[in-house]
Amino acid sequence: MRSFLFRKLKDRFMHVLMFLLAIVAIFPLASVFIYVFQQGWPALSFDFLTHDPTPVGEVGGGFANALMGSVILVAIGAAIGIPWGVSCGLYLSEYPRTKMAYVLRFTTDVMTGIPSIVVGLFVYSFVVMTMKGFSALAGGISLAIIMIPSIARTTEEILKLVPDHIREAGLALGLPRWKVIIHIVLRGSLGGVVTGLMLSIARAAGETAPLLFTAFNNRFFSTSLTEPIASLPVQIYSYAISPFADWHQQAWAGALVLVLFVFVMNLTTRIILVKRSQGHD
Amino acid sequence: MALLLSMVFMLLARAWPLLQITGLRFFTTLEWNPVTEEYGAAAFIYGTIVSSLLAVLIATPVSVGVALFLTEVVRGPFAKVIGFLIEMLAAVPSVVYGLWGIFVLAPFIREKIQIPVGSKFGEFFLFQGPPLGVGMLSAGIILAIMITPTITTICREVFHAISRNQREAALAIGSTRWEMMRISVLSSSRTGILGALILGLGRAMGETMAVTMVIGNRNDISFSLFAPAQTMSSIIANEYNEAQGTSHLAALAAIGFALFFVSLAINIAARFIILRVTGRSK
Repeated sequence: MRSFLFRKLKDRFMHVLMFLLAIVAIFPLASVFIYVFQQGWPALSFDFLTHDPTPVGEVGGGFANALMGSVILVAIGAAIGIPWGVSCGLYLSEYPRTKMAYVLRFTTDVMTGIPSIVVGLFVYSFVVMTMKGFSALAGGISLAIIMIPSIARTTEEILKLVPDHIREAGLALGLPRWKVIIHIVLRGSLGGVVTGLMLSIARAAGETAPLLFTAFNNRFFSTSLTEPIASLPVQIYSYAISPFADWHQQAWAGALVLVLFVFVMNLTTRIILVKRSQGHD
Repeated sequence: MALLLSMVFMLLARAWPLLQITGLRFFTTLEWNPVTEEYGAAAFIYGTIVSSLLAVLIATPVSVGVALFLTEVVRGPFAKVIGFLIEMLAAVPSVVYGLWGIFVLAPFIREKIQIPVGSKFGEFFLFQGPPLGVGMLSAGIILAIMITPTITTICREVFHAISRNQREAALAIGSTRWEMMRISVLSSSRTGILGALILGLGRAMGETMAVTMVIGNRNDISFSLFAPAQTMSSIIANEYNEAQGTSHLAALAAIGFALFFVSLAINIAARFIILRVTGRSK
């Protein structure tokens, strides 16, 4: 029989260890944040946000093309992905027992695990090769493919929280099924669904690999859908691996913008979720 | 509602790489020479497997420890804050991790780990090679950081699924809190933790950007932790846009297909295991 003291010491030791492990886990996050702010803040300026890249060595120049590009790409991705994903989520939550639902659930689970670069390869072979060139459209499509499974899953989860008796009440009043779904179930969970959408958008904004061979990159400001287009993550990537120090600076600043965007989206969704759960009881 | 196209997506994703003409030897050859048109993917398969395994090795104690910490030790608002921070780990885009990796992690590894360890144990096969900073070790660490939230979240769910009675029973017979965790929580969650690890492995194998930026891009196998390497995803990211000739593209596409297939298999296996443990899929 072990001495009680030994067991107690072990218990204390394990508690301290777990606490330290938590610190170890959070430490990289803190480090990344600190460095991104420290390195990126000095390079962030009005010029940075509004100018296109200048040739290497020239002062000034910014990320305007990349910022616009990301906005366009995410917008295309959302325009395709949100309706598709939400309708999948709706279907899964309203008709969960059908054969189709099992197949669909399996497929979406599988799709969440596809490496993003493979998505890029796929869109390359079907869109870029048919269009004979890189384009913003192709990039938007690959972002949509990445967004759809996560939107579908979160929509399904949120809609499942709506209690059945609300649906039954709608049906009892004589509403057709589709009206019940859209007006009652969806309307009531709009907050939760929107937070899911925001998280997916934040994730899509940070994706790089699928854009490498779909939207490619563009040194100039472009809003055309059929031309290659710059994007924030891809530009950060190409600047980061370049040998030029001022490009590294700009890469940090771009990373700062990206991280701020993602952080704000995540924080906002948290706040919305907390407000909802407080208001619902 | 037009969703069966998702299935078609998967099936058609196979159509493209069937341009390959080399056959099964592709996966065991080491040569990767676009000029002489000799392609062998062995180096990349090695790179992917080793970096992902390394990542899981590093991430497991941390993730399981944090999950235990969050479910057993801390309460309420403290747990929420830490949980939020762990999820923020997952929200950081991988380019940003790569950027941090190049300019912060790699120099740190070079100065603080590779040079001291290399000078003392340089002959040991794990530590051979010049102190470059980038390489297998850095890639493993960055991947570990990226998969920690995945493993932690699943472990938390698995631990939550254990009924209070188990915990109270262990405490009732006089165990310390740690012994209670070991007895009631950890030993019954073995399968669930395994599922979480496999899911983390799958994520690590599919990760592209952060790995590409710190792996060193050397198309060869080396057993040293300090050696630069190349993974399946990083070779595609690096060479696809400049690939000349259909055989180069086909080789890269074949690698992409292999990557797809492997991460698919791993993800399905992991979800199956987790489903059995928690009663619902995640």
